[in-house]
Amino acid sequence: MSLTNETIKDRLKAKFGDQVSNFEEPYGLLTFEAPKDLNLKVMQFLFDDEELRFQFLTDLTAVHYPGQPGRELAIVYHLHNLKDNIRLRFKVFTPIAQPDVFTATQLYASANWMERETYDFFGVNFVGHPNLKRILNVDEMTYFPMRKEYPLEDQTRIDKDDAMFGRGPGGQVGQGADEAKH
Amino acid sequence: MSVEHHIKLPEGSIEKTTTTLNLGPTHPATHGVFQNILELDGERIVSAEQTVGYIHRAFEKLAERRPLYQITTLTDRLNYCSSPINNMGWHLTCEKLLGVKTPKRVDYLRVIIMELSRISDHLICNSVVGVDSGAFTGFLYVMQYRELIYEIYEEVCGSRLTTNMGRIGGFERNFTNAAWEKIEKFMAEYPAVLKEFENLFTRNRIFMERTIGAGPINAERALNYGFTGPNLRAAGVDYDVRVHTPYSSYEDFEFEIPVGSTGDCYDRFLVRNGEMWQSLRIIEQAYRKIQDMKGAEADVYHADAPSYYLPPKKDVYTKMEALIWHFKIVMGETEIPPGEVYQSVEGGNGEVGYYLISDGGRTPYRLHFRRPCFIYYQAYSELTKGSMLSDAIITMSSLNLIAGEMDA
Repeated sequence: MSLTNETIKDRLKAKFGDQVSNFEEPYGLLTFEAPKDLNLKVMQFLFDDEELRFQFLTDLTAVHYPGQPGRELAIVYHLHNLKDNIRLRFKVFTPIAQPDVFTATQLYASANWMERETYDFFGVNFVGHPNLKRILNVDEMTYFPMRKEYPLEDQTRIDKDDAMFGRGPGGQVGQGADEAKH
Repeated sequence: MSVEHHIKLPEGSIEKTTTTLNLGPTHPATHGVFQNILELDGERIVSAEQTVGYIHRAFEKLAERRPLYQITTLTDRLNYCSSPINNMGWHLTCEKLLGVKTPKRVDYLRVIIMELSRISDHLICNSVVGVDSGAFTGFLYVMQYRELIYEIYEEVCGSRLTTNMGRIGGFERNFTNAAWEKIEKFMAEYPAVLKEFENLFTRNRIFMERTIGAGPINAERALNYGFTGPNLRAAGVDYDVRVHTPYSSYEDFEFEIPVGSTGDCYDRFLVRNGEMWQSLRIIEQAYRKIQDMKGAEADVYHADAPSYYLPPKKDVYTKMEALIWHFKIVMGETEIPPGEVYQSVEGGNGEVGYYLISDGGRTPYRLHFRRPCFIYYQAYSELTKGSMLSDAIITMSSLNLIAGEMDA
């Protein structure tokens, strides 16, 4: 019998009780949330359990929600059970002031660079990571560029006299409309 | 007593220490901009450390300011050897979020384009493995068929390398007769070329001795390292997104997944070659299916999704409705539902994933690309440890590392 979202949910509930929460199924993909100090326990359980066998880490990344005090950074794991061919997504939230989350490198070798990338762009401190340093950005960088407080350059700015790139003092590029929602 | 025992080497002499070699960032053998710091004992590799990020272009950040249709151009530049696959993957992601259902003909057209790009991707990779092992002929020979594939792209969308092909919901225009003629020419001529290409390499003793046993990985380690695509299949795991999570009507096609066993360069080569044959099979089936279509179905090349698919320019000038939609789409005024989507496609190198979070604004709240290259390149030091420098070069080319995909 192949695995269903319901079964996974029941198994997780049986093991972790109310600590795993916010079960959803957007576009059919089971999504849930766990407390951040349980992230390894949940992953280990999903990995080892004879029925679940989520042994392939598809993707690991983070999302910044500046509007949620105490839960600003979400670390998102996409796991895949290749035998039953079912995926799931689980998230842990961490305050941005102390973004410490346990590393998954002992479980998945692939997590190494993905965690480095997440650290590089969001500043998530993966506790226990063997080599947590920047990977795509320069080592000298002092901030974490994918956080929402660093907007892309405002195209309406007029302090740059750079007529070659269409940014004359008149500011001809994309006036106003761009700022409508973001 | 042998001669060696009489030679007293001074401390710190070159025979006693390992040599550090910078392979890259601009070394012709790396085929891309990334660096390997190799620690060599003679010609054996003691350790390798990779540095990536030389062409990082902050696509994920850029995407947070762009409406959905403008992100297609970013996806071109990930794996630029098979840009159309990335383009189609992105359209599929948007369609999933927006709930757009594409007609069968669009799916099949996409399948033809995606399989052509898979062939051109594998073609480059395999012929470059040949070049790195000293056989230049194959590379030059197959180039003209990659050129033919690029000409097909050109007929379909107007550009060759960074294609920006298709739109949300389908293609920007129907395939022209010239495009079909070129596809037919490709289907007719390519099998013989591929056979000859295989004859040059597959049982070539020099090639076999250079590649068998070079850079091997077993299935368990490959999975743990997050390998996908031909590199994983060469290790013996038959995971293929086209079969496991079919998209764009791949479930309608009959094809096999070639697998290897040892995961070395030779197996990777064979798997890629096998996949090219399967891609040809798929293209032929898709071509037949499209030819068999009748009536209105036979002409459709985009979904009926006026709020996301740009109307034809002719209509924009003459019809009010079309002008309104055109304006709304270009200015980003159409409704985009909030939601969270993960969509993956089988790219040239493995599972290319798009993780898109929309908060209902005109641009994505967050977009993350799962780039297969980036994930499996970290295994490189394990693959090459203890091997000869020349094996490391071949391993690099047979992994098909594309700097654009690695650095996003």
